[in-house]
Amino acid sequence: MATLKELAKKPEILSPGHRLCAGCMAPTVVRQILKAADTPVVIGNATGCLEVSTTIFPQTAWRCSWIHNAFENAAATLSGVEAAYKSLKKQGKVKDDIRFIAFGGDGGTYDIGLQSLSGAMERGHHMLYVCYDNGAYMNTGIQRSSATPRGADTTTSPAGEVVQGKPMNRKDLTAIMAAHNIPYVAQVSPSHWNDLVTKVKKALDCGGAAFINALAPCHRGWRIPIDEGVEISRLAVDTCYWPLFEVVDGEWKLTYKPKEKKPLVEFLKPQGRFKHLFKPENEHILKEMQETVDRNWQALLKRCGEA
Amino acid sequence: MGEKKALTGNEAVALAMKQIEPDVVAAYPITPQTDIVQYYSSYVADGKVKTEMVTVESEHSAMSATVGAAAGGARSMTATSSQGLALMWEIVYITSSARLPIVMPVVNRALSGPINIHCDHSDTMGARDSGWIQIYSESVQEAYDNMIQAVRIAEHPDVQLPVMVCQDGFITSHGLENAEILDDATVKTFVGEYKPRFTLLDPDKPVTFGALDLQNYYFEHKRAQAEAMKRSGKVILDVAREYKKLTGREYGYFEKYRLDDAEVAVVAINSTAGTAKVVVDELRQAGSKVGLLKPRVFRPFPYKEIADALKHVKVIAVMDRADSFNAFGGPVFNEIRSAMYECPAPKVISYIYGLGGRDVGTADVTKVYDHLLAINKTGKVDSLLNYLGVRE
Repeated sequence: MATLKELAKKPEILSPGHRLCAGCMAPTVVRQILKAADTPVVIGNATGCLEVSTTIFPQTAWRCSWIHNAFENAAATLSGVEAAYKSLKKQGKVKDDIRFIAFGGDGGTYDIGLQSLSGAMERGHHMLYVCYDNGAYMNTGIQRSSATPRGADTTTSPAGEVVQGKPMNRKDLTAIMAAHNIPYVAQVSPSHWNDLVTKVKKALDCGGAAFINALAPCHRGWRIPIDEGVEISRLAVDTCYWPLFEVVDGEWKLTYKPKEKKPLVEFLKPQGRFKHLFKPENEHILKEMQETVDRNWQALLKRCGEA
Repeated sequence: MGEKKALTGNEAVALAMKQIEPDVVAAYPITPQTDIVQYYSSYVADGKVKTEMVTVESEHSAMSATVGAAAGGARSMTATSSQGLALMWEIVYITSSARLPIVMPVVNRALSGPINIHCDHSDTMGARDSGWIQIYSESVQEAYDNMIQAVRIAEHPDVQLPVMVCQDGFITSHGLENAEILDDATVKTFVGEYKPRFTLLDPDKPVTFGALDLQNYYFEHKRAQAEAMKRSGKVILDVAREYKKLTGREYGYFEKYRLDDAEVAVVAINSTAGTAKVVVDELRQAGSKVGLLKPRVFRPFPYKEIADALKHVKVIAVMDRADSFNAFGGPVFNEIRSAMYECPAPKVISYIYGLGGRDVGTADVTKVYDHLLAINKTGKVDSLLNYLGVRE
C-alpha cells in the first residue's frame, strides 16, 4: 500500500481548473480512484455533473482519453471501447496495456443506466464501473433518484404539508451488482482513501468486470457547508448508513468496522435536506430510518460472516 | 468475376460483413434482421472472422457499444430493424455527430404501433434527418453490393459519416435470389485497412469524444456535418465507379428504367421498384410511354440530378412505403416534389402503399400507372394524395 505522500506525487489525470463546484466530492472520488491506476486509462463518462463540468468544448480537464456518449449508456459505450481494445490488441494494432473506467452518477447508474450497466457486467468486459453516488439528480437541480435516502427533501420529493420528503427507501445497488457474480464489487467512501485506493487496485486487476459504488456528497443537495464533504462521508460510514465492504468472487467481506456504531441522526442532523425530520411530529420517521439502517447492517454482518 | 450463389438478403449482408471482417460487431436480434446476427455469431464461433462480437442487451446498447468501438479506432458495425432502430434513436444522432464511419444494415420493417413485423419504410424514413447516409437496395444483389461500397463511403476522409444500408424486410431479407458474390480477397482489397483519424486507444495522443458543446461551437460542428453530407455525394459516385470496374455492375444516385422518353413515371425505392419494372415493360408493350426512377441514395438527397432525370416527365407518382402523417403525402414524395420546383411544372402526386407489409403486386402498381396516364390525358390532377390497396 502506497502512502498518502507517495500517492500525492503521482500525476493528476483530472487536472485542476474543471468547473465542478468547490467542495464537490465527485472530483475527490475521481482523483483518489485514478491514483490507484498504474497503467494508462480510458474513461467513459455518463452525462452528469462530472461530464458537463470537465469537458466544455474546446477544453478538457482530462489528461487521458475520454468518451461521453449519452446519459444512460456509459457502460455500453465503454464495453464497446473495451471490445475494440481486445480486437486491436489481438491483431497487434494496439500495444499498450490499458484499463477502462466508467464514471456515472446515481442517476446514470441506479436509474436510467441500470440496464446498460447490467448488460456490460453480465458480458464480463474487463472494465471498472464507478458510480459516484450523491443521492439525487444534482446536475439538473436536486431531483430524487432511487439512491436518494428516505426522508430527503429534493425538488421532486419535497418536504411538503402532507409528505415529508422521499417516502421510499433507497435501492441497494451494490448488492444488485454483487448478484451479477462478477469478480469484484465494492463500496467506498472518500473519507477512507486507503480503503478506496486498495479496492480500486483490486478492481482494476480482477481480470473482468468490476463495480465500485462511491459515496460522493453534494453540498448543494445535502445542504452542508462546502468544506464538510469528507466529514459527512465519515459520518455516513460510522453510522453504518454507508458501510465499507467488498465482494470478491462472491465472497462478502467487511473492510471497515466502526469501533462504535454512531446513531444515524449524527449523519442526518448536519444536512439541511433532513431538517424537517427533526420536527417532533416526524420523530417516527427518524426511528424507522434508524431501524432500516440497523436491519441492513445486521444483514451485511451476516453476509460477511461477522454476526 | 464473382461466384453466383442463391442467397437471402440477410445471408448476403452477413456474408458481406464476413468478407469486410470488421474489428467489432455489437448487435441485438430483431425480426426480420435476426439472421444477420445469427450468421455473424456463427462466423465468430467457428473462428472464420477475427471480429470481437458484443452481444448486447438492447439496441440502445448495440448502437452505444458500436460508437465506443468506433471511437476506439475499430471498424465497427451493427444491424437492426424497426423498433430496434427506434430504440437506438438517441445514439443514431450522436453517431453521425461524432463523425464515426459505422455501417449499419437496416432491414426495413414497420414501426409499432400497432405492432407488425413486416415491411414498410417507416423505420428508416423516420431517421432520414439523423445525419446518416442512407442507401436503399432493390434486391439481394444490391444489398450485398451496397454493403461493400458503404464501408468505403463512410470511411472516406471527406465524409466520415455513418451509413445505413436498407433492404425490404422479408421480401428481400428472406427472399432467395441469385447473387454474384466476390471472393474474400477482392472485398478485402476493395475496402482496405481501416485507419482511424482519432482513437481512444493511443495513450500518447489522448482524445476527448463527446464534449459539451455550447452556443459558441455547436452550430459550427453541425455546419461541418452538413458539409460532410454534401461532400459524400461525389464520394458515393467515385466508389460506385470503382466498384463497377470490379463487378461490371453500375450504381449511382438512382436507377432510371425506361425513363428517358417516358411521359409518366413512378418513383419507388427498394423491392417495389422491381415490381414496377415488370409493369413498365407490360405497359410499354401496350404502347404507353411509362418509366421508373428508383432512388438508391436518399441521404444525401440528390435533388439536382433527380430533377434533371424527371424534368421531361409530365406526370409523376412518388410511391412511399411510409406515411408522414402530415396530410401532405409521404417523405419521398415531399422531397421529390420540392426538387421539381424549378422544372416546367410536372404534376407530382403521392401514393402511400404497402404499410405493415401489405402486399403490392403488379396489378396494384398498374393502377398507379393508369392513374398517371389518365391525368396525362385530362391534364387534371383529380387526387394529389392517394393510398394504394387499403380498405377505406
